[in-house]
Amino acid sequence: MSNDSTSGSDFDRFRITFFEECNEILADLEVHLTQLQDEALDNEGLNAVFRAAHSIKAGAGAFGFTDLVTFTHAFEALLDKMRDGEIDQTPQVSDLLIRGGDVLAELVAAAQEDRKVEPDFGSAVLDQVKEILGQAQAEADVAEEEAEPETVDGSPKIWRIRLQPNPDLFKNATEPLLLIREMRGLGELKVTCDLSALPPVRKMDPELAYLSWTFELSSECSRADVEEVFEFVDDTCSIEISEAGGSAEPQTAPAEEVTPEAGQPQAAPEAVVTVAKTGKAPEQAPAPAAKSKASAASSIRVELGRIDRLVNTVGELVITQAMLAQELAELSAETERQPIAGQEQLANLTRELQECVMAIRMQPVKSVFARMPRLVRDLSGKLGKKINLRMHGEHTEVDKTIIEELADPLTHMIRNSIDHGMEMPADRIAAGKPEEGTIDLNAAHVGGNIVISITDDGGGINRERVLSKALEKGIVSPDANLTDQEIDELIFAPGFSTAEEVTDISGRGVGMDVVRRNIVSLGGRIQVQSEPGRGTRFHMLIPLTLAVLDGMIVAVGNQRYILPITSIVESFRPETSQMRRLDDYTQVVQIRGEFIRIVRLCDLFHVDNAVQDPTRGLVVLVEVAGGGKIGITVDELIGQQQIVIKSLNDNFDPVPGISGATILGNGKVALILDIEQLAAMKSSLPFPGPTMPAFDEDAATIVAAE
Amino acid sequence: MLQAHDDVPAVGLAAQSEIVASPTSCQFISFRLGEDEYAIDIMAVREIKGWTDTTPLPNQPAHVLGVLNLRGAIVPILDLRSRFGQGMTETTAMHVVIIVNVAEKTFGILVDAVSDILTVEPEEIKPVPDAERTGGEDYLSGIINADQGMVVVLELQQLFR
Repeated sequence: MSNDSTSGSDFDRFRITFFEECNEILADLEVHLTQLQDEALDNEGLNAVFRAAHSIKAGAGAFGFTDLVTFTHAFEALLDKMRDGEIDQTPQVSDLLIRGGDVLAELVAAAQEDRKVEPDFGSAVLDQVKEILGQAQAEADVAEEEAEPETVDGSPKIWRIRLQPNPDLFKNATEPLLLIREMRGLGELKVTCDLSALPPVRKMDPELAYLSWTFELSSECSRADVEEVFEFVDDTCSIEISEAGGSAEPQTAPAEEVTPEAGQPQAAPEAVVTVAKTGKAPEQAPAPAAKSKASAASSIRVELGRIDRLVNTVGELVITQAMLAQELAELSAETERQPIAGQEQLANLTRELQECVMAIRMQPVKSVFARMPRLVRDLSGKLGKKINLRMHGEHTEVDKTIIEELADPLTHMIRNSIDHGMEMPADRIAAGKPEEGTIDLNAAHVGGNIVISITDDGGGINRERVLSKALEKGIVSPDANLTDQEIDELIFAPGFSTAEEVTDISGRGVGMDVVRRNIVSLGGRIQVQSEPGRGTRFHMLIPLTLAVLDGMIVAVGNQRYILPITSIVESFRPETSQMRRLDDYTQVVQIRGEFIRIVRLCDLFHVDNAVQDPTRGLVVLVEVAGGGKIGITVDELIGQQQIVIKSLNDNFDPVPGISGATILGNGKVALILDIEQLAAMKSSLPFPGPTMPAFDEDAATIVAAE
Repeated sequence: MLQAHDDVPAVGLAAQSEIVASPTSCQFISFRLGEDEYAIDIMAVREIKGWTDTTPLPNQPAHVLGVLNLRGAIVPILDLRSRFGQGMTETTAMHVVIIVNVAEKTFGILVDAVSDILTVEPEEIKPVPDAERTGGEDYLSGIINADQGMVVVLELQQLFR
């Protein structure tokens, strides 16, 4: 690193870019390694994996991450041999590659966070790689020895070597004499110099090589030893090595016929070496070319901050356009209709622009889905279950910020399906199901949302156990009469975990309640459907972006609030007979046999001029994380609108019950309600007594019947 | 804001360029609250605008008047009179909101009117006599003796902690 501050920041920038690239490469690697689990990689796949390792190695070398370099080097060597077909893609090797990918990811993360890994981290994998490489080497040696059995025995042989330098030999400062001396070190040497190419003195160029030699080396050395002598001149000389043995003279060609190319197709070991070398050379050449082509043609790297700014500015534009539209609407009655056409166009363009900008941040869910096959493979192996994971719709796109938030819940749910949902193979066969279980992971766009479902064909939710567990933990009261669906929903209750014992797979303190909370914090919802013996399906509905929200504008007194559409179940005007007051602060509404607690927004927020009596206003039924519902009282519904979410906390402390704000078409700020917090808030005002209806007979009989 | 009222004189910060100041001098914007004059550091002021209705925030102290849309940013507006325990300001279109930026937070303070830009040397800011001062009054950072009388300098960061 330099003392100079500018180059220091340059360095930092390169570093950041390097890690960004690394992470992309690793994601790519993951995809290929995933593929590897199902089938042997074709050459292209292997090349891609090789390229990934190689790119990381090159960058790591430049930044001096030695751990990373050492590991990638071994990894690369293994891949190289695989490409050459010297190492077969056995399950063992595949597994090693996958584990290697893990180690690689961890090393990159460690380097990025500037922390040291355990000194022996990854050494197990590294050793195994070396072992396999060693085996391959040994096999190659064996192959070589089989091809030339004579080389093994120690009896002296006569090697006939023909050395014909290219004319420009001396340009590389090669001295044939040194080669001859080195050969003499190997054994008894007989040298014949071929002067036939020597021109007359007056035509002679003193800088060119004209002489060629034929050596007869009598030695116990192997062919490889002889080749080693010429290791550094094999591209400037044509070399022919043959064994002259005692018997038939394999004297191939007279000196004159030897062309420089003739040196190439030689004995097996050299061929292997050249293949390995050339195999690498064309490999490296197209790699950067393909990369630069791809990056030039299809993508550029943009800092996320810039996109965020763009998104914000377009958000402003959307609001301004709405304001303009509203003002024009008021104007148009008394003025010309001229500006209206332009206004409509502006509205269309604004909408299109917003969609375009949102699309920039959209990424396929593939990056999250790609981690799942590994998980399934690892877990099913550990648990001795047979599971096939099928994925559909990996290309469904969703906002980048959401993708990041999806990984944890998805991982957890799949873990759950494998750990709790899937039966052991024997049990499956006994139940008349295929031995191998299936988990389907699907993603699709539905309206402005993405729907992700996880379906397994396992045993389904064991309702008896769930219910007894819930009773034991006091999540439900003993006299509660729950429908099957409600029992299933209990798995989302906080503090609920059905695992008999805490395994290291699932049930590490976090449960489905965390999953639900994660999904809800994204503005989404999750449902479960289960059929005993047939399987379980989790269904998630998540908005495509966190920047905009489908909101229902509701009026309470003079105020306008926004309710997220995804959490609204229904709204209705209750009859007096549906209302029931439990105490001064608690009131319930009965709908279709369900009793739902009323949250009086006007009291909670102290709003003036609000409709006090719910039977004259509306009750909006919303879902709360944890499966419950509450009824929020409002005066009326104003309308549905896509709103741009603004943070309130940038300039102010969090306000209980409010998750954010937005700007309405009239330029006013409207607050977005946080339903979770609302459900937990206690009103400080008792209900106004007289407006509360008396508890009538009909309701009483219904309660009794329940 | 499209609803901005033209009859409210906006004091542009460009005015400060006309004031000849020595390198050490500091500038304050002074404003009126009832009969009293106060001043705040001009560097904290982002803009000055006429009062428009705010969106109330639920369950907040009385001096929090609500939030405003300031070109897309959600900015809370605080009633300085109420903060000083002198009751709520009865807002009219003649009232002025000074948008300030303090400790990376942007908020507006509601005052009666903006008076002047004061350019003073640091030694002209006299310390507030500390006799009989109760706890929470650290927001008074000094007194300036200006042409129009005594002006109390406010430390905004202390005022709305």
